[in-house]
Amino acid sequence: MSNAIVSHQSPLIELREVYKVYGTGQAKMQALAGVNLTINRGDFIAVMDSSGSGKSTCMNVLGCLDTPTSGQYLFDGIDVGTLSRDQLALLRRNYLGFIFQGFNLLNRTSALENVELPLIYRGLPAGERSERALNALNVVGLSGWAHHTPGELSGGQQQRVAIARAIVTQPAVLLADEPTGNLDSSRSREIMELLSSFNSELDITVVMVTHEPDMAAFAKRQIHFLDGQVVRDDDNGGAH
Amino acid sequence: MLWNAVLLAMREIRRNLMRSFLTVLGIVIGVAAVIIMVTIGGGATLQVTEQVASLGSNLLLVSPGQRMGMGQRSSASAFRLADAEAIAREINNINAVAPSSSQGATVVYGNENWSTSIMGSTNQFFVAGNWIFESGRAFTQSELRAGKAICVIGESVRKELFGSQNPLGQKIRLEKFSCEIIGLLNAKGQSTMGTDQDDLVVIPLRTFQRRLSGNQDIKLIQISVNDGQSTQKVKQAIGELLRERRHIATNEEDDFTVMDMKEISNMLSGITKVLTTLLGAVAAVSLLVGGIGIMNIMLVSVTERTREIGIRLAIGAMEREVLLQFLVEAVMLSSLGGIIGIILALIGSVTLANLMGVPFVFNLIIVAISFLFSAAVGVIFGYFPARKAAQLDPIEALRHE
Ligand SMILES: Nc1ncnc2c1ncn2[C@@H]1O[C@H](COP(=O)(O)OP(=O)(O)OP(=O)(O)O)[C@@H](O)[C@H]1O
Ligand SMILES: [Mg+2]
Repeated sequence: MSNAIVSHQSPLIELREVYKVYGTGQAKMQALAGVNLTINRGDFIAVMDSSGSGKSTCMNVLGCLDTPTSGQYLFDGIDVGTLSRDQLALLRRNYLGFIFQGFNLLNRTSALENVELPLIYRGLPAGERSERALNALNVVGLSGWAHHTPGELSGGQQQRVAIARAIVTQPAVLLADEPTGNLDSSRSREIMELLSSFNSELDITVVMVTHEPDMAAFAKRQIHFLDGQVVRDDDNGGAH
Repeated sequence: MLWNAVLLAMREIRRNLMRSFLTVLGIVIGVAAVIIMVTIGGGATLQVTEQVASLGSNLLLVSPGQRMGMGQRSSASAFRLADAEAIAREINNINAVAPSSSQGATVVYGNENWSTSIMGSTNQFFVAGNWIFESGRAFTQSELRAGKAICVIGESVRKELFGSQNPLGQKIRLEKFSCEIIGLLNAKGQSTMGTDQDDLVVIPLRTFQRRLSGNQDIKLIQISVNDGQSTQKVKQAIGELLRERRHIATNEEDDFTVMDMKEISNMLSGITKVLTTLLGAVAAVSLLVGGIGIMNIMLVSVTERTREIGIRLAIGAMEREVLLQFLVEAVMLSSLGGIIGIILALIGSVTLANLMGVPFVFNLIIVAISFLFSAAVGVIFGYFPARKAAQLDPIEALRHE
């Protein structure tokens, strides 16, 4: 499924002069102020910088969760702005995996069922579904916690459930908004190694927001945001 | 897609057991209340109608004295047999005149005894009261004239004294004398006033006067008016005749009463209709309250549900898949509630009907209406907030507060 995108002519993702404006008049706030960004297949990008600089907003736009106020978003050469809501849903379902900054797990629902959810929408049969979900939980180190609900899990454990849910479908693009924000450094390292292996072995394109230079070092490329604009774009050369 | 929706809806119901339970409860209460009230009301109306019919709505009851407020009567001399004969002779458009007198007495058969009411009358009594013979026969003219010791019994007396035995030809003891049973009356059931109409023993009037009361008094004359004739006119004619026979001066009040059963039956069915409407209104209120309960539960959980919808959309659910899931959930809960409500209502109405002694009338339309209304409330309040949420951008649904 991760290799379903076959046209290799255009870059995987292209943002052209993307604006996102909140509020009007005095309270007007430009979260994105003309972002230009090109992401190629197989990239592993770390988005860095200070709080409130528009990183999450940008990730939401990339994840087709939010519509930009203006500008163009090309996904595999297709202008996302022209897609219907159902087409966007299918794009999210079949090509994107999203790890939210705030986890966004279903309450009172076991970790296993949370991780199974995207597979249900993909229409997988029950057996394969739970097998893959258990496997994903295993990968993030939660094999014993499958039947615990988010309320019974620590912040870090919840974050790992959210990661398992995003990777269980092996998406073409994994968008991770501070995936290690609640984890200790050794656990963070594990997760980063996991993302790296996805990137190198399964050819999954990873875009990750992080505050920590240690984590950003795992990425092949670092992007810096300031006041809603990309101000620096460095090639790490696959630093680890 | 439908199967997925059912799967997701069932997970959702299990996840929110309390909310699901309250939704079902709201529907159960609404449906059950309406069905029980309307069923009982309908049963009571039917019972009154049937009893009035069994009494014969062409019946006039003539008794001595005037009613003075609740249950009180002014005293006046009783009628004589001659009064009844005069009515039969001089009044047109009537088909039966039954003079009667009655008193309470204990009847004995073997070791069984039962206290009932003894009615002394003629065969006209059976005509006027629409009585049908279950078995045996009425009195003959010679038996009536001779005042023989024979009787016709009602179903309740038979049940108390004879159980499964055949009463015909047996002798029962009425206070001072014993008499032979020659007939058994068909059961009529309770009267509109709640008294048992089948609890009686009928003996010839002359036998009654000689052996029980020891006087010639007639306490009640029942007159059955021919079908299609105005009971009002007959009533007036009887009034005039009796005033003349009892020598009442023009400026004096009647010292007897002529009751028209048609008036009474109209009044009674009027009352039951009002009662049924009232019950229906109370039931409608409970349906509404149940509906508001469901609405509250649904609206309170809108925030949580909106966030949940946001998560589903973000993960790749299409709007119509989310909506189908919510619709399936609402339909499942509503129909579960509806079915439980209907079952409870049926059990409840059968039990209540038995307790109150009214017939059980199954009213499919009310069952359908209350079920549909509750289901609609469940579906509308389960579905429409979900629809609103599913039309948002996923990120907006996720940010909902
Ligand atoms: N729904 C919204 N309405 C109004 N303003 C918003 C909204 N969402 C974000 N903003 C504003 O847009 C700016 C960028 O927010 P964003 O969440 O993208 O920051 P961020 O870079 O992810 O910060 P952090 O590192 O703290 O997560 C912030 O100043 C924020 O106040
Ligand atoms: Mg953020």
